[in-house]
Formats: sequence, structure tokens, C-alpha cells
Amino acid sequence: MYDFNYRKASSVGDAVSAVTGAEDGRFLAGGMTIIPTIKQRLAKPSDLVDLAGIDGLAGISVSGGVVEIGGMARHAEVNASAAVADAIPALAQLAGGIGDPQVRNRGTIGGSIANNDPAADYPAAVVGLGATVHTNRREIAGDAFFTGMFETALEDGELVTKVSFPVPSKAAYMKFPNPASRYAIVGVFVAATAGGPRVAVTGAGPCVFRVAEMEQALGGSFAPEAVADIKIGDGDLNSDIHASAEYRAHLVTVMAKRAVARANG
Amino acid sequence: MTSTVSMTVNGKQVSAECEGRTLLVQYLREKLALTGTHVGCDTSQCGACVVHVDGISVKSCTLLAHQAEGADVVTIEGLADGDTLHPMQEAFRENHALQCGFCTPGMVMSAIDMVNRHDTLDEKTVRHQLEGNLCRCTGYHNIVKAILAAHPVMKGAA
Ligand SMILES: Cc1cc2nc3c(=O)[nH]c(=O)nc-3n(C[C@H](O)[C@H](O)[C@H](O)COP(=O)(O)OP(=O)(O)OC[C@H]3O[C@@H](n4cnc5c(N)ncnc54)[C@H](O)[C@@H]3O)c2cc1C
Ligand code: FES
Ligand code: FES
Repeated sequence: MYDFNYRKASSVGDAVSAVTGAEDGRFLAGGMTIIPTIKQRLAKPSDLVDLAGIDGLAGISVSGGVVEIGGMARHAEVNASAAVADAIPALAQLAGGIGDPQVRNRGTIGGSIANNDPAADYPAAVVGLGATVHTNRREIAGDAFFTGMFETALEDGELVTKVSFPVPSKAAYMKFPNPASRYAIVGVFVAATAGGPRVAVTGAGPCVFRVAEMEQALGGSFAPEAVADIKIGDGDLNSDIHASAEYRAHLVTVMAKRAVARANG
Repeated sequence: MTSTVSMTVNGKQVSAECEGRTLLVQYLREKLALTGTHVGCDTSQCGACVVHVDGISVKSCTLLAHQAEGADVVTIEGLADGDTLHPMQEAFRENHALQCGFCTPGMVMSAIDMVNRHDTLDEKTVRHQLEGNLCRCTGYHNIVKAILAAHPVMKGAA
């Protein structure tokens, strides 16, 4: 691992100026992605600016039909939050299925969505629930946040402060995990929201995506049978040693069906 | 660039000069000569390096020493009370939960955190909660048995 300067930021403003002022500065949240990436020499930042000491970035609150999760909230905290489990059980359950306990003890929602790994779980919830990403500069709709493989709408020096999830009438997340890493080979988040049904798929393609045909069918009848015969094309899906594109396409239908069944309880 | 990093390790106040990139596991093994904490993979997968930072289990190969500045760290060396093993260590011994022993320090540290966070434990939960720790020898069965055996002892003693 190449060396870098470590700095602990005292506030959001301090973190942003430290990152933008450095030659190649990066935020450090849980470190569960960026430290392995630096070890593999896939990144060579000049400065890592630690967000862990900033007050008020890690809170979780539920009010007025909205669950707000601070950018530095750890996966384990979201999983263990009684308030989240009460309002959006699917979200607490999703957080509890990320990686393993030690990854969940460190990894954060801000780091996860900023990184936008094609196999990450949180992007499915952000898009599947129509969440809003709050940054130090603006609010970004979940649908516009994830722009491509490891790409997001975030600009240089833009920091995710919190994510707000509107509480759906029901929702569920089903993932077919990679047995070694637990990352999603395919994960499907379904929700019945005020704006209609949503179906968001992670793991299958280069970036999280919605399946309009399934959403339409669920609008008619929110039942597993409604999506059972909807197949998605495998042309743009990922193919690797873990699963072929064809198999991933098949899994999308299976996971969607199971997620709807689970959402219906 | 180096600077001093201080923390409490197994109840003792310690400091050492570190680079930005110095990992907590390097700090423990190389600066403090606490070699009980192992490096199995160095890629955040195997859990041989698990220690407690402020009471929470973490992979010390994926934490910078700087991130633990001021923290209270406990390693496998900090568990026994003189010749008396910690109940989890004792349960591993009694249940033959180790063979080569390489994974054991991380297993024990993860297991203690697991017991601390669960009022009740069953086999399924233990196996799910052990997902961050790999063992190439035992087949896990006796490790699961040991954790289930240590749970009531640790809860009773508390
Ligand atoms: C063994 C293992 C298994 C895993 N399994 C899964 C899994 O099953 N599912 C899953 O979804 N993930 C998985 N992960 C990834 C894990 O969830 C990471 O915690 C997460 O992807 C990154 O979060 P972090 O807080 O660790 O971010 P870091 O590694 O600290 O940062 C990641 C990136 O995000 C940037 N960043 C961090 N915080 C912010 C912020 N607030 N605003 C803007 N940018 C920011 C950083 O600069 C960096 O570029 C796994 C990781 C490991 C090591
Ligand atoms: S050495 Fe840290 S997880 Fe393997
Ligand atoms: S006892 Fe040998 S790796 Fe677990």
C-alpha cells in the first residue's frame, strides 16, 4: 500500500476543504472499500480525510413518514435500529445482510452509495424506495444518483450527509448472495410506495436499475404471480465467474417473485 | 509522513510512530509485538485479525492505526486473567474448537462480541454471525459448539 496523509476532520466544512485542497484527497468513512482498494493499488490518494469524528453525521431518525439515515451510520446500527425495523423492516434486514458482522460494524451507508459497487445492496433500497440523497451542496433524487458502474452524481468534494427514505406501505429485499463475499449476485428490492410500485435490481447489471414492466404489473396486482412470467433481457447484464448473464436474468425474476411474496408477509 | 498514535491496548496506554498507511494489525504485531492477532488474508475476508475497538469487533487489517487513536483496544492477549482463561477460550479448549489454531484468535474475538450482542443464541444465529471468520481445519462444528457452551457462562458471570 502506498503511503498517504491521514487527517481527521472536525466538521463537514473542514472535511470538504481538506479533500478539495489536497492533491488527490478522498473521504474515509468505514474504510471497508477504500482501504482494500488502496492495498490493491487500484487507488493512490494523497490524503485520506476521516469523517468519523464529525458530530451529527451518524444519526438515525424516523418522523413524518420518513426514515433519515446519516451518511456515517454503520450497517450494524441500521440493522439494529428498532425505529428502522418498525418503519421499514426491509431496510433493517438489507443492512443486516451486508458482508459479515465486522464489515457491518465499520461500513457506512454514505460510503456504500458513494462507491456504487454494481453488487452493493444499499443502491437497491435507495432506488427501490425512491429515497433522496442529501449532500453538503444539494438534494439528489435516488433515481438520478447512480449513474453507472462505480459512478454517481456526486461531484468532487461533495459529501453525503444523509439519505431520507419515505416509508412505503410495504417492501422487501431478496438477494441471492455470492457465498464468499455476500455481495449480491442479484438483489431485488420491491416496494409499494405512494407513487406506485417500485422494483430495483442490483448485482445483475453494471449499475442498479428499475424494471418498468414489473412495476406496471404490480400496479395491477401486487402479487408474486404478477411478476412470475416477466423475463428481462440478458444483453446488458454482468457475466463473470460467479454467474452468467443468462443466469442473472433468470434470478431477477425469481428474486422479484420472492420479494413480492415477502412484502405481502 | 509519520506521527504518534496513542491508544489503550489490553488496559495499557501505548504510543508509537506511524505512517498514514500503518494498519492497526501492524501497529499491534510490529510496534507492540502482540503477535496473537494474525493476518490470514490481508483482504478483509478471513477474520484472523479480529480485535475489539471500543468493545466492537473489527478486522484490524482493514483499519488504520490512526483510526484507532484514543480508542480502547482488546486483543486475544488481553482476555485471560493470569492462568485463568476467558470463558470463551476455555470453551474452545473443552470443545476441541481448534486444530492448527491460526484462525482461533480472530474466532474467539468475534465469538465474544457475538455473545455480548445476543441475549440468546442458537446454532443458526452463530453460523450466520461467524460469516466473517474462515477456518480451514475444523469444519466449524466444534467452534459453533464452543460458542453455544460459552454463552450461558459469560451471561451468568456478568
Ligand atoms: C468482506 C467484505 C464484504 C462485503 N460485502 C458487501 C455486501 O454483501 N454488500 C454490500 O453492499 N457491500 C459489501 N461490502 C462493502 C461494504 O458495505 C462497504 O462498507 C461499503 O461499500 C463502503 O462503505 P465504507 O463506509 O466502508 O466506505 P469507505 O471504504 O470509507 O469509502 C468508500 C468510498 O466512498 C467515499 N465516501 C465515503 N463516505 C462518503 C460520504 N459520506 N460522502 C461522499 N463520499 C464518501 C470514499 O471517499 C470512498 O471513495 C463488503 C466489504 C467487504 C470488505
Ligand atoms: S487478515 Fe484481516 S480479514 Fe483476513
Ligand atoms: S483451526 Fe486451523 S484455520 Fe481454524
